[in-house]
Order: sequence, then structure tokens, then C-alpha cells
Amino acid sequence: MAQNRLSRLFQEKSGNLLNIYFTAGYPKLEDTVTILEELEAAGADLVEIGMPFSDPLADGPTIQASNMVALENGMSIKTLLQQLEGVRERVTVPIILMGYLNPVMQYGFERFCEDAARVGVDGLILPDLPFAEYEEEYKPVLEKHGLSLIFLITPQTSEDRIRQIDKLTNSFIYMVSSASTTGSQVQTSDSQKAYFSKVKGLGLKNPLLIGFGISDKPSFEMACLSAHGAIIGSAFIKALQKPQEVRENVRSFLQTLR
Amino acid sequence: MEYGVNERGYYGQFGGAFIPEMLYPNVEELREKYLSIMAEPEFQQELQELLHDYVGRPTPLYHAKRLSALYNTKIYLKREDLNHTGAHKINNTVGQILLAKRLGKKRIIAETGAGQHGVATATVCALAGLECIVYMGTVDIERQRPNVEKMRLLGATVVPATSGSQTLKDATNEAIRDWINHPEDTHYIIGSVVGPHPYPDMVARFQSVISEEIRKQLLEKEGRELPDYVVACVGGGSNAAGAFYHFLDEPSVNLIAVEAAGLGVDSGHSAATSVLGKTGIIHGSKTLLMQTEDGQITEPYSISAGLDYPGVGPLHAHLAQTGRARFIAITDADAMEALRELSRLEGIIPAIETSHALAALKEIKAGPEEVVVLNLSGRGDKDLNTILTYFEQQDGPK
Repeated sequence: MAQNRLSRLFQEKSGNLLNIYFTAGYPKLEDTVTILEELEAAGADLVEIGMPFSDPLADGPTIQASNMVALENGMSIKTLLQQLEGVRERVTVPIILMGYLNPVMQYGFERFCEDAARVGVDGLILPDLPFAEYEEEYKPVLEKHGLSLIFLITPQTSEDRIRQIDKLTNSFIYMVSSASTTGSQVQTSDSQKAYFSKVKGLGLKNPLLIGFGISDKPSFEMACLSAHGAIIGSAFIKALQKPQEVRENVRSFLQTLR
Repeated sequence: MEYGVNERGYYGQFGGAFIPEMLYPNVEELREKYLSIMAEPEFQQELQELLHDYVGRPTPLYHAKRLSALYNTKIYLKREDLNHTGAHKINNTVGQILLAKRLGKKRIIAETGAGQHGVATATVCALAGLECIVYMGTVDIERQRPNVEKMRLLGATVVPATSGSQTLKDATNEAIRDWINHPEDTHYIIGSVVGPHPYPDMVARFQSVISEEIRKQLLEKEGRELPDYVVACVGGGSNAAGAFYHFLDEPSVNLIAVEAAGLGVDSGHSAATSVLGKTGIIHGSKTLLMQTEDGQITEPYSISAGLDYPGVGPLHAHLAQTGRARFIAITDADAMEALRELSRLEGIIPAIETSHALAALKEIKAGPEEVVVLNLSGRGDKDLNTILTYFEQQDGPK
């Protein structure tokens, strides 16, 4: 089953997991697989590919802009899944698709899960899919196709709800570092430290990855003290904007992290 | 109520709260508390006093005799244009500001398209002494300069929404992003019956004062509470929700929802969501919305800045799908003609939004013994530039 790639990863490696986010079709339409290959070669442990959307509510300016460019480049779910066709012959890194629900609904949820699983996707992040709907409508479909759904928690998420999320999921929990959209500066505060250690102390069955505001080696290392790893998105998108060739941009950014 | 929201926030298959976890605590707090706060006697007393003394309610139900003669039926205009700030929008903002105070919020955010909801929000924030930030697309800031100045005069900060298409949809995105970044001290006053549950229901309840008054006033004037038709324009749908609310479960009342066809429903420049939209998710709600085949939300068009929203409230999606309301699409040209007609026949200059509802009168063909109530949602002062430019292009310079 596809989710084995995720569970295997968490069995093999218990800390310092590096998850890199990038937007499909950015900076160029055909860059998706190139970036994916280069990320694996440069040592990313997981890759999160964003499916661009016209109205990305939870994202800050950097990822919004990459979404706009990707859409102008002609990216769509259909194109992305075509690009990922055969990708499992080239990379083994776990792949997570992240996107807002509306484009997925229009593609057709069942068909989306079927096609995503077929090309070798391991998990999904659908930030605007609510719990109740997930349990009733979407969970059986995801399970049928062996896809994990990754849920987010924030400093405002209650302990009860975190435990509920822990029970519902079987891959990892995406721990949003602070109350913010993506790409904001991480501010180390006492309340954030308290949040990190509170969640760490809950003894959850799922590993934790911290995201939002993780941009460089110090913030990555700090996050790894409190969780199994961290997710870098906006800072990587910015690195892709540099004038060098795309592979070179990926490599040099990842070198700064390790 | 057959057409009311269910306990999970749905109207039939539409509604719900499709929001990222970052918004969950805010929306959940509101969902848990809005009904009980609204039911508190002190809340109701304060609300009623403000509606009466500050907003100027009840608004008249005016028998428009010359308009009635033209359409050979009996037409009443519900004069929401006579509210403080010139439209129905303030019914909702007055209610939500009282709610925000009871929730202990210190900071108010809002989105606005044409600026009417922004002005209504800035107004009640001044009244309540709360900080007010209004998000408005840069394109709309240019088009609606006087409302921007009004908001600033009222002490609000107007923040340009520079993302996406830089109009109402993007202003709403920016307001939601602000709320994500301020999860504790901020209340988001949404201006229409859109957004995640409980917003559509909460806003409809605050606007329902319109139909509550219509029933009482019609009883006095006609000896019956139920008209044969209730007509209202629909962008997101707040004035229509308010005008329909107490008639939803009265099957003898024909509900007419009027959308903006723009240059024509099939022209590619339209905002007729019930015809052109498909089920999807916009701003946290499952509803009908205009989108590409790939599920990217598209930019609607209407001469009226208050009707060019790519979605429609989930209540209205449900009313359209079940056939409880009849949806009519009116073009820019027909709306502008109706605007001039009402100005000359009754001495009332309506908002361009409202003029779409007026233009639907000729489609309805109500009988001479029938009673039509049309919700005159706003006045046309704000539209004067658009109106003058439009007629200059049509008729040539004076």
C-alpha cells in the first residue's frame, strides 16, 4: 500500500525530517518533476507538492504568487497527475499533494484519489476539508486507495481536538508553528515554546512535523528539537526565484540547511 | 423551518464550514455562542434600540402608485434605502458589533466590494469605539473613492487587497487571512449571507428584520400578512435573505431572486451564479460558484459592484436548486433603464444593485389584484458617477 512509504520513513528515521513544499508548475510548467528529483537527490525526506488554486486562503504572499504563476503557466490537477505519471521509476521519496478542496472536487474526489495513488502519491493535505465531512464522505475513499490524509493543528487547537486528530490519522500531524498564514517570520516566544512542549508531551501516536515560518537552518533545527521534523515552503519558493538554473537553486538551498 | 439551516450548518446540500484549522477556533466560538447571545433579552433590547434610534427602523413600506399603474399590479417598496448609511447592510453590522462586544473582541475586520458594507462596518465601529480594518480590492478602491473617504473619515483603516483580481473575492480572502493571523482578539464582520457556518444563518437572522416588518406593515395596509411576490436582488444575497426570511415556509408567497446578467448570461461577462455556477467551495462554504473546469474561481462581471460576487449564499443555492425561489437574470442595460424609470416615476433614485430587482417587475407579470413587495435595498447616491457615465455613453452628452 502506498502509505508504506510514509510509515517506512517514520520507522527508519525518527528525527530531523526535512519536508520541502513547492508549487506544481512553478517557476515553469515543466519544472515539477525536475524539482522533485533534485529534492530527493539533495536529501529531502518528504516532498509536498502544492496544487495551485486561484484563492489560497491559508497562504501568505509568496505562495499566493507562486500559485498565480503556476496557473498562468497552465498548471492544473490533470496536468500535474500527467507529469507525475511514471515518477515512481525515478524517485522513492514520499510525495504528499497539498491543495484546496474546490479544484479536487471538480476533478472528482474518487477519481482524484485513484489517479493520485496510481502515480505513487502517498498522502494528501486538504486544509479546508472539515472533520465531519472527512469521516463520513472522504475517509472510505482515501482508505480504499491507500492515501493518508494529513491534518493541521495550531496553537489554538484544543487538546481534545488534537487527540481526535491523532486518532483519525495514520501518517503525521502538521503542526502549524504560530497563528499565521504561510511564509510569516517565525517568532520564538514563550507561548510558542509552551505550545511545542505541550503537544510533545501529549504522547501522540503520530509523528509531528512543524511548518509555517520555518525558513533556514536555525529555525529548522529549532523546530526539530520539538518535533520529528519540519516543513519549509515559502523560503524554498523564494530560493527558486533566483536567476540560476532550477536544479542549482534546489541544491544550493538544501545545502544551506544541512 | 424547511428552508432554515440544519444543526450542521447546511441548507440541503449547501453550506457547512470548509475552513482551515487556523480558523476553526474563531468560527467554532461563534457557532457555539451566536444563538444564545442573540437570544439574550439585554442583547435584543440594545439591538432594537439601535435599530430604532440609530438605523431609523422600521423603514417604510411604500405603496408606489405610479410604478404600480405602469405594471398593472400593486407594488410596495420596502424602503431599506432610508436606513442610516443608505442600504440594508447596517442591519447586519449593528447586530454583529453588539455580538463582537459580547465576545470580548477588540478589533473588527471586514471585506467590502462597492464599499457599502465597509461604510456600514466603519460606522458601527465608530459607534462602539472599536478598531476597524476594511479590506478592499485595489480596483474597487479606485472605482469607489467616495466610500473609501467615508470609511477613513469614520476612523477605519482601508487596506488595499492586492492579490488575485483585486476585487471583492480577494478582499474577502485578505480579511480571512487577517483573521488567521489574529485568532484571539478579532471579529470578522462578513457583509453577506456567505462564508462558513454560522455566518450565512447569522447574517440572515440580522437581516430578517426586513421581512418581519413587511408582514406587520402589509397587515396594516392590506389586511393580510402575505404578499403574492417578494422581489430582491442577489449578489451574495443578504438583502434577499432578509426579505425572504419570514416567507420561506409560506408556499403561497412567490420568492423572486434577481441576479446580475451583466452583458448577458452567455456573454462571458456575467454574474448570474445560479445559471453559470457549479457546486464548489468558496470562502468556506459549499455553494454554487462561477469557476473554470479545473475549479479555479473566476471573476464575475456586473455594472453593479455589489452584485459581482462569484458565489452566492448557500441558502440561495438551496432555494435555486429546490425551485423555492425563481431566479431571474437582468442585464446591465435593463437594470439601468429600471433605475431611470423609478427615478422619474417615484422620485427615488435606487442603487444599481436594487435596479436589477426593479427590472424584474416586467418579467414577473403579476396580476392587477396581486401584491408585490420589492426590497429597495439601497439608494443610488453612491452610484452617481457610474450612472452619469453610463447614460452619457447611451444618450450622448447633455
